[in-house]
Amino acid sequence: MKVQFRNVNMSFASTRVLEDVDLDVREGELVCILGPSGCGKSTLLNIVGGFLQPTSGSVTIDGEPVTGPDPRRIFVFQERGVFPWLTVEGNIGFGLHKLSEAEQQKRIAHYVNLVGLRGFEKSYPRELSGGMKQRLEVARALAVDPDVLYLDEPFGALDSITRLQMRRELLRIWQAEKKTILFVTHDIEESVQLADRVVVMSTRPARIRRVVEIDIPHPRDLSSARYIELRDSIFAEIGLAHQV
Amino acid sequence: MYSPRTLSQRNRLLPFTGVVLFIALWQLGVAVSRNTLIPGPLAVAKGIGELAEKGLLVRYVVASLFRVTWGYLAALAIAIPLGIALGLSRRGEMAINPILQVLRPISPLAWIPIAILWFGVGDVSAMFLIFLASLLPLTVTALHAVHNIDNVHLSAGLNFGLSKAQLVKSVIVPAILPQLIVGMRITLGIAWLVVVAAEMIAVNSGLGFLIVDARNAGNRYDLVVAGMVLIGIVGVGLDALMRRLEKLDAVRWGYADAA
Amino acid sequence: MRRYVYPLLTALALIAAWWLAVRYTHTKIFPSPLDVVRGLGKLAEKKLLWAYIGDSLFRALTGYLIAVLLGVPTGIALGWWSALARATNPLIQMLRPISPLAWMPLAVIWFGVSNVAPIFLIFLASFFPVVLATMNGVRNVPPMYLQAGRNFGLTTPRLLTRVVLPAILPATLVGLRIAFGVAWLVLVAAEMIAVDSGLGYLIIDARNAGKRYDLVVGGMLLIGTIGLLLDWLIRRTEKLPMVKWGFRE
Repeated sequence: MKVQFRNVNMSFASTRVLEDVDLDVREGELVCILGPSGCGKSTLLNIVGGFLQPTSGSVTIDGEPVTGPDPRRIFVFQERGVFPWLTVEGNIGFGLHKLSEAEQQKRIAHYVNLVGLRGFEKSYPRELSGGMKQRLEVARALAVDPDVLYLDEPFGALDSITRLQMRRELLRIWQAEKKTILFVTHDIEESVQLADRVVVMSTRPARIRRVVEIDIPHPRDLSSARYIELRDSIFAEIGLAHQV
Repeated sequence: MYSPRTLSQRNRLLPFTGVVLFIALWQLGVAVSRNTLIPGPLAVAKGIGELAEKGLLVRYVVASLFRVTWGYLAALAIAIPLGIALGLSRRGEMAINPILQVLRPISPLAWIPIAILWFGVGDVSAMFLIFLASLLPLTVTALHAVHNIDNVHLSAGLNFGLSKAQLVKSVIVPAILPQLIVGMRITLGIAWLVVVAAEMIAVNSGLGFLIVDARNAGNRYDLVVAGMVLIGIVGVGLDALMRRLEKLDAVRWGYADAA
Repeated sequence: MRRYVYPLLTALALIAAWWLAVRYTHTKIFPSPLDVVRGLGKLAEKKLLWAYIGDSLFRALTGYLIAVLLGVPTGIALGWWSALARATNPLIQMLRPISPLAWMPLAVIWFGVSNVAPIFLIFLASFFPVVLATMNGVRNVPPMYLQAGRNFGLTTPRLLTRVVLPAILPATLVGLRIAFGVAWLVLVAAEMIAVDSGLGYLIIDARNAGKRYDLVVGGMLLIGTIGLLLDWLIRRTEKLPMVKWGFRE
């Protein structure tokens, strides 16, 4: 078991935000945490990322309790997380200061290629599109070879066409690097397209309503019967009408 | 009717029309006025020439610049670490901020008697005044810049395992550079204003002194205005220098791209 | 509550340090906090203190208000007609670095030795920040507001009063606040040179006339406090509904 949430509760002042969260994440899994905005799923991610301490309960990774932010588990924010004062190379190399110069260059080159930013090594983020900046942030995260990646609605600021492309990119990279990924989103389609398992959260105080296993192999056909069936079951779980 | 070429020609000439008009009006005003003391543009130009000949031009400009530079750099060396430290510590800021607010409206020139008391009449007094005048704005700039750092960047830095010191070096300082440089430019402008004023009151050389001396020693208003023109030119020069810093890659990213 | 405790403690600590420093260096000249209070008290008794404060306030406010009345329309004009701005820009850039004090000799020729000269200096000092802030405010009005105004059939004069003016109020207010800070600084300096009343004069005269450093420091503290008070007053206007929307919490 890679990541374990045991009985996690979180309250801010007197508001209960997270309630009794119990979850196991296996190594190499891509798990989506799905819920409406403001329900507390980002809080959950902040807790497992070490930026917040839960009011009660525990989170362990590889058996070790989480006490603070750690380069072994890297957060990928929306594209605004890239450092605007560093080039693409500079950003990707940011966490690599402990390595030798040669090793750094090797890694940077590898990840520039992996995320498809070859030719832009010396460019600054302001010269890149939203999708490219997002890919840069993923490259920066992967370069330090973390055990777990946390993605907090990373594609939220992108247009829907770019989002589709980015999902495909993410899956490609995930299959190449085989990392454990926790992915927070409010987009039902996105969760079914990406995840091995979808953790459906309720509104505040957020508790786990259901965990849906997505048993379709990649690449997933968005028109297949099983895809639609799983997606609709989540629609129903959240209580959404099926017609606009 | 307006071809692209005529339009761009107009654009380039426009800045000059303002200055030309001003000089023309000035000359006109002097010619019509009964007041014989106010000099026209020609007299001022001749005055500048006279100063250059006597070697005073360079001497006075250098004296003023010298004081500004040292007072300003001394303030910079203290203000930036102080501003960053205060920006990072909520308690520190809460404690110091009201004191800063009380000191801020006190004109640096109000410190002149104290400066003379402590340092006598001379360069050190002037540099002390510049130091005082620059310290507060620079500290406040650094402080605000630290507050404006996107939390995402601080979190990312912590996430990558940076120690506090590394965080300051690799995230905080690069992140505040754009705002800092703008504040530095504005403060340099203030320092330039203060040095001239200080020289009018408490020193015996420099452009400010030139103005006071020219009037006192013989009503040489052509030299007075010549001094003012020189002050304007050097001031613009200093500002232009700082603006070049804003074009550096490490700083450019922080400005919304307007031409 | 806590917001006031920390600064209060720091202030008390500084005053204590000041007092100790005076005690332990046995300085005969530099005043202790007590000396300052006593000196100001005597001045207040002689009614001079209030006269000085009144004079300073009068000069500052007069020069400042004239600068605002002339500066805001100028700023709007420069912001709206960019050709005008381009024509005058070099002139403004050249005039701006010239310390208002450097204008003093000319001011004395034009206005003689009187209240008008310092008021003129204060006007000069406040004029530029007001113009620049207003001009930038006009330039930064989001084009969609202007398009919406035109869409609803507003002619240019109406557009200026019903869309541009309300839109630039927050930015202009910031400029007004900065301009007042500058006006207050220049006032003190101006009073040190060419008049015989006011807080700036108090400082210079106290030293020249008898090395009364207690009054010098007292004057400085008064200047700081009054300046702070006025700045706070202007800040309060930022809470008015017609500007509140332009300021972040």
